[in-house]
Amino acid sequence: MAQSTTHTLPPPFNSSSTTPKPPLITQGAEALLYKTTYLTPSTPIALKHRPKKSYRHPTLDTRLTKARILAEARVLVKCKREGVVVPAVLGADWEEGWLACEWIEGKTIRAALDGYLKRDVGEEADLRGEGVRGLMGRIGVVLAKLHGIGVVHGDLTTSNLMVRQLEREGDGLESLSLGENREKGLEGEVVIIDFGLATQSVQDEDRAVDLYVLERAFGSTHPQAEGLFEEVLRVYGESYKGAKVVLRRLEDVRLRGRKKSMIG
Amino acid sequence: MIALGLEGSANKLGIGLISHPAQGKPPIILANLRHTYHAPPGSGFLPKETAKHHRSWIVRLVKQTLQQTGITPSQISCICYTKGPGMGAPLQSVAVAARTIALLWGLEDKLIGVNHCVGHIEMGRAITRASNPVVLYVSGGNTQVIAYSHYRYRIFGEALDIAIGNCLDRFARALNIPNDPAPGYNIEQLAKGGKELVDLPYAVKGMDCSFSGILAWVEGLADRLASDENDSRADRLKTEEGKVVTPADLCFSLQETVFAMLVEITERAMAHVGAEQVLIVGGVGCNERLQQMMGLMARERGGSVYATDERFCIDNGIMIAQAGLLAYGTGVRGTVEDSETTQRFRTDEVYIGWRERDG
Ligand SMILES: Nc1ncnc2c1ncn2[C@@H]1O[C@H](COP(=O)(O)OP(=O)(O)O)[C@@H](O)[C@H]1O
Ligand SMILES: [Mg+2]
Repeated sequence: MAQSTTHTLPPPFNSSSTTPKPPLITQGAEALLYKTTYLTPSTPIALKHRPKKSYRHPTLDTRLTKARILAEARVLVKCKREGVVVPAVLGADWEEGWLACEWIEGKTIRAALDGYLKRDVGEEADLRGEGVRGLMGRIGVVLAKLHGIGVVHGDLTTSNLMVRQLEREGDGLESLSLGENREKGLEGEVVIIDFGLATQSVQDEDRAVDLYVLERAFGSTHPQAEGLFEEVLRVYGESYKGAKVVLRRLEDVRLRGRKKSMIG
Repeated sequence: MIALGLEGSANKLGIGLISHPAQGKPPIILANLRHTYHAPPGSGFLPKETAKHHRSWIVRLVKQTLQQTGITPSQISCICYTKGPGMGAPLQSVAVAARTIALLWGLEDKLIGVNHCVGHIEMGRAITRASNPVVLYVSGGNTQVIAYSHYRYRIFGEALDIAIGNCLDRFARALNIPNDPAPGYNIEQLAKGGKELVDLPYAVKGMDCSFSGILAWVEGLADRLASDENDSRADRLKTEEGKVVTPADLCFSLQETVFAMLVEITERAMAHVGAEQVLIVGGVGCNERLQQMMGLMARERGGSVYATDERFCIDNGIMIAQAGLLAYGTGVRGTVEDSETTQRFRTDEVYIGWRERDG
């Protein structure tokens, strides 16, 4: 998805004329994501640049960019301190619109699931397989941890959850059978990213809406895997005090969503 | 194949006649007639009066459609009507007309109930040739971000409380902006004279958004607006820089804020599904500022925006004929007996049998 459109890096990342411009990895929902180094040449980082959006009034644009970079930095620090797996934050500048954090070697859950569901066997992929259920369970655990420390993400989708993969590419994957290979893509620690819309809250309602947003993202992005989300919720429900109440609240939220009148 | 489409889920009564020539050829629009019920100034349209309007106009419009095109009932393959979502009484009054026509023309087993939202999407796709866009559907009763996958139009995001069109209508009422030709159109014209940006509540949650905060804010402060830039009364509303706020400034600020929210949630969906096209449908989609903002966003992503003009983005009969005929082409049939209507009918309930699985 990296565009040919020329994007300029924010300072200080635009200064060095000796090293080549770091590669644009992806264009997210709001930000351009570059892989580069920071502080030391051997520390790979994810540089998240929120360029000015020309469609937005400049005053509104400045206000939103500042609020989101601050929210993201604050929540990343809090999560790290309290043991929720997130990338470590290394620096940020809301005037220039960037935030630098630890590079996560791996892929998004969206990509991992797509790979699992589509590769070779198409829709035949086994949704009861241990690998995929294990992954769902690990998502349930990290979400429970996140909510448990009083943070609500605000934008949970399968693009904002990653699996960290420890092996480097080509680590004997070729020698594995097809089935083992497929399962491999699902292994690894689940890391939560993209906290620009995060808030601090312990309200059941906010937590339930957080889950509802992810549930819908699951259903609409991976319709063949809709049933998998139950496993996320099952494990979530067992993972912290108060989770059961949130799950009951989720039922209300769903009902509200479905009942909403939709007049043409 | 030719289809007659009847739409009346809100205050517009629309009659359309469409022809699908051979496979792969674009549809031909034979007729697209509309008559709008305008509520008296200061109020919204109510079900009873709206249904009465539709009942009193529908025979005239259908007759006019046939006269104008020279098409005879024997050339028509199916009758398509809006099944929902929408206001109960207006929907029913049009469904009664659809059944009557079907019986009169010997098409009582070729009556197709169409989802209004799917009608908008299919018409937008047919007119703009956008093949697999993320769709922003914005109208009086709906605010949805939609993308196609596996035979359904899936809802990725929506307004959590009131719809954007409803927000604009009620905003217009709070400021005594007239309903004719449309409240949203009048806000758009007024906004062109606005300069000062007022800090309004901005509410985006993932791919969802909310407008009730803005509306409450505006309704509470409407009577403190300045009559013009030189209004020096002490209790007037002021921006952070100390400038007085005129109705034009507020229209401008409203558009800049709510449209930024809509563009943002659309961009989130595009990033998430990896789409480069975006299609805007529904009545609010006529707004040129919204189209412009969406275009800027799409360009920054290396993509493009598709929109239609008021003939197609405002409720019409041709879109119902278009979606109905697509379904008819896949073998969908309906009878007078099961031709009910429903006020609630989600976009993702419809099986989209006329598209390939992956788009
Ligand atoms: N720390 C990271 N390490 C590696 N890749 C990342 C990291 N953070 C984000 N990404 C990738 O970049 C994408 C966009 O980043 P994200 O923070 O979600 O920004 P946006 O708000 O634009 O969605 C993610 O979906 C993911 O693929
Ligand atoms: Mg993201």
